[in-house]
Amino acid sequence: MNNKLYGKLIIELSHPGRKGYSLPHSEYEGYTPADLPAHLLRGKAPELPECDEPTVVRHYTNHSANNFGVTSGFYPLGSCTMKYNPVINEEVAAMQQFAGLHPLQPAETCQGALRIYHELQSMLAAITGLSQFTLNPCAGAHGELTGLMVIRAYHQSRGDDCRTKVLIPDSAHGTNPASAAVCGLEVVEVKSQADGTVDVDDLKSKLDEGVACMMMTNPNTLGLFEHNIPEIQTLVHQCGGLMYYDGANLNPMLGVCRPGDMGFDVMHINLHKTFSTPHGGGGPGSGPVGVRAGLEPFLPTPRVVQGDDGTFSVKTGQYEQSLGSIGQFFGNYAVVLRAYAYILTMGRENIGMVGPLATLNANYIKEQLRDDYLLPIDSPCMHEFVFDGLRDKSQGVTTMDVAKRLLDYGYHAPTIYFPLLFHESLMIEPTENESKETIDGFIEVMHSIAREAQTNPDEVKSAPHNTPIGRVDDVLAAKNPVLTWKHTQA
Amino acid sequence: MSHKYFPHTEADIHDMLEAVGHKSLDQLFDVIPDSIRFKGDYDLPAGMSELELRRHLEQLGQQNTLLTIFAGAGIYDHYTPSVVPNIIARSEYLTSYTPYQAEISQGTLHYIFEFQSMMAELTGMDISNASMYDGATATAEAAIMAVAVAKKADTVLISATIDPKIRRVVDTYAHYHGIKTATIEAHDGTTDRLDLERKLAAGGVAGVVVQMPNYYGIVEDYTGFADLIHESKALFIINSVAADLAVLKTPGQWGADVAVGDGQSLGIPMSYGGPSVGYMCCTERLVRKMPGRIVGMTRDNRGNRAFVLTLQAREQHIRRQKATSNICSNQSLMALFATVYMSLMGKQGLVEAANMSYAGAHYMCQKLIATGHFTLEYDQPFFNEFCLRYDGDIDALQAKCLEQGFMAGIKTGEHTIMFAVTEKRTKEEIDRLVEVIGHNLYQDGNN
Repeated sequence: MNNKLYGKLIIELSHPGRKGYSLPHSEYEGYTPADLPAHLLRGKAPELPECDEPTVVRHYTNHSANNFGVTSGFYPLGSCTMKYNPVINEEVAAMQQFAGLHPLQPAETCQGALRIYHELQSMLAAITGLSQFTLNPCAGAHGELTGLMVIRAYHQSRGDDCRTKVLIPDSAHGTNPASAAVCGLEVVEVKSQADGTVDVDDLKSKLDEGVACMMMTNPNTLGLFEHNIPEIQTLVHQCGGLMYYDGANLNPMLGVCRPGDMGFDVMHINLHKTFSTPHGGGGPGSGPVGVRAGLEPFLPTPRVVQGDDGTFSVKTGQYEQSLGSIGQFFGNYAVVLRAYAYILTMGRENIGMVGPLATLNANYIKEQLRDDYLLPIDSPCMHEFVFDGLRDKSQGVTTMDVAKRLLDYGYHAPTIYFPLLFHESLMIEPTENESKETIDGFIEVMHSIAREAQTNPDEVKSAPHNTPIGRVDDVLAAKNPVLTWKHTQA
Repeated sequence: MSHKYFPHTEADIHDMLEAVGHKSLDQLFDVIPDSIRFKGDYDLPAGMSELELRRHLEQLGQQNTLLTIFAGAGIYDHYTPSVVPNIIARSEYLTSYTPYQAEISQGTLHYIFEFQSMMAELTGMDISNASMYDGATATAEAAIMAVAVAKKADTVLISATIDPKIRRVVDTYAHYHGIKTATIEAHDGTTDRLDLERKLAAGGVAGVVVQMPNYYGIVEDYTGFADLIHESKALFIINSVAADLAVLKTPGQWGADVAVGDGQSLGIPMSYGGPSVGYMCCTERLVRKMPGRIVGMTRDNRGNRAFVLTLQAREQHIRRQKATSNICSNQSLMALFATVYMSLMGKQGLVEAANMSYAGAHYMCQKLIATGHFTLEYDQPFFNEFCLRYDGDIDALQAKCLEQGFMAGIKTGEHTIMFAVTEKRTKEEIDRLVEVIGHNLYQDGNN
């Protein structure tokens, strides 16, 4: 796009008197908010843009061209599972028969919507080997928080009020400790051993009757399967704690392993990862929470239940042991619809191939690139793996530089500087939707960047060169925060 | 094995396995103890073709009934300009992730900056974040923020006139986070100022949460509240329906420190309750205490104006358990929805739509009262939602209306019912609903 012509803010395109809407003429006479006492009114209209419709359409269309999505190209962002977002799911989510429902409509007028909700709960239970799910949480972190509340409610129901510690491996996503803190729990970090998995001895030293649960991502954020999980879950359960499964990396487990069978009691799923719903530039997502049998009473309300007569209803009040409510209604319903459509499109015969193909793709990339990039832990990976930057760092080319240079070649960057276990982490996750040609192309470019880092390091350090804008100044943004357009005029 | 979402041919799989030194896909998972491998079949339906899926969902869709909505309580049936869904369906927006790589995410960063600007303007506050899950969780986060700011006080006072659904969420967060909530009593449908004074004087108050318009649609008068609350060193938090602020006195004008609420009223479809978009705005001094993503303006190395995620030292991926919140996303696409909506409706359109909603609600209210069977539950100014007293059987009344395709209000008590009207409702629809109600009253022998 032409950034000079179209790079403005919408407010900079505003001209008094223009309008981009049409409303019917008011049919009511004699009623106006001006009848309210003046001190209850804002007095003057908000200074929002005044633009005609074509200008608004062109503005947002052109700005979209400055974005890179999964439909634009390969998006190997580790731990984010940027899989293809099927178009039919968008058609389904937009169906007026669902989009036009008010959440407080009588249940008898929403039987189709409620059936889908209920069926997805059961499908997720079947896929994970757990007993029951709530679809209320709006995102992964929201699911983590809800799951931890389930765990606290469980302990509190047994009068076990002293269980306030959450064991979290040092490789965990930042949301794990943050969710624990919001839930009023104390974080105890468990070390990783040299092979990148949980150090069982360190875990043993931290187990006591203060442990509420252990939170784990399996495979972990290094893409490694925590093979000691049978022992770990036994140890944690023996000391009275529960096992929480962070579903961020559930994708490679499809067709391979179920969290319930691994010994987990509570988990969340990111529908926007494993079940193909679009990330939307950072949301809306959906973070359903599942529990093993016995923990159902603690799930949040409202709940969607099926009666003996087969009809569905929404229940709120009558669950004494429920942790309470964690959102206004029942979560992001339109996201639920998309995940439902995805599972039906895959079906039982295909969903089990997701894990193996994603894992094959990851191992293939890892093996082809390990001569140029430093593999700090050499174990078979699952759906993703982590390099610790370039093998040869003599020219001072960093992971940041490699990431930015990838943008020039039309690829999204991998996740960088996470996990925190290594200085130059570069975390690559290809999903099952990537073809061998796409992956071969990526491998070739990664090789070429490694060569460039030796022959022409400045070209890499100053990247990107072919993107709509150059490398941004993060420091300036934080030092002198300009957070609204009012500040730009100051 | 062949599926439209899998590019792999048998030959690809064979070649790739060879390259990684394995004989089968199964071997990739040798590290997993056999005892926990999943070997069965998932208890799931067989895969559907696109035609079958469409048919299946159309059939399920037919089991839902679209109603003419005269109810709100947090979700409103507003007009959506056709441009908005069209823009947000653009896959460059739809299928991108959180804009970590600013150089190829200016589309997202740009609209979030616009969203922040427009929300700050609408609420009359200095700063906005990039959005929250919904209005209820935004309110809960604000309560936690108030306690974090206060350091020593640990109680958040919440007006009894707030939506009980929001209250439930705040209470849940508060219970687990370890902060206290207490209720400010209501007086004739509004926050009881004397009770607020009493509870502030008792000490330990970190924040005060009120809703405007409140749950019953009443436009409350908060004159003097800010001074009172600030004298106690507490934060003043106002929850509002975003669209109503085009006309009503803003949280900023009331002297609030934090403005939160739901943005669904900005043209977002009801979608059975979600996704919506929560917002959180605050004063400049609180910006580093705010949860959630924030986008700021900066420059690139070519001298261009650019936008980037900023003030990330507040966030979980840097601060882990010391972060201001665990939130690591926003409702980005719905923030885009609200942004495009506000760009189209603009300065005048938002006011015009609000005026129509107001007028429709007041017209309907008068007509219902004129039947002789309804009275205003509270003698207070209201906006587009109002509470009436009806001495008959509300369930029976609503059932009659449902037969005629109306969602007629929300029952808030044995004999109280709350209606909402938006710019989308026509006078004819109101007249018809009142007629159905009137007919029912007549049939029920005036009861």
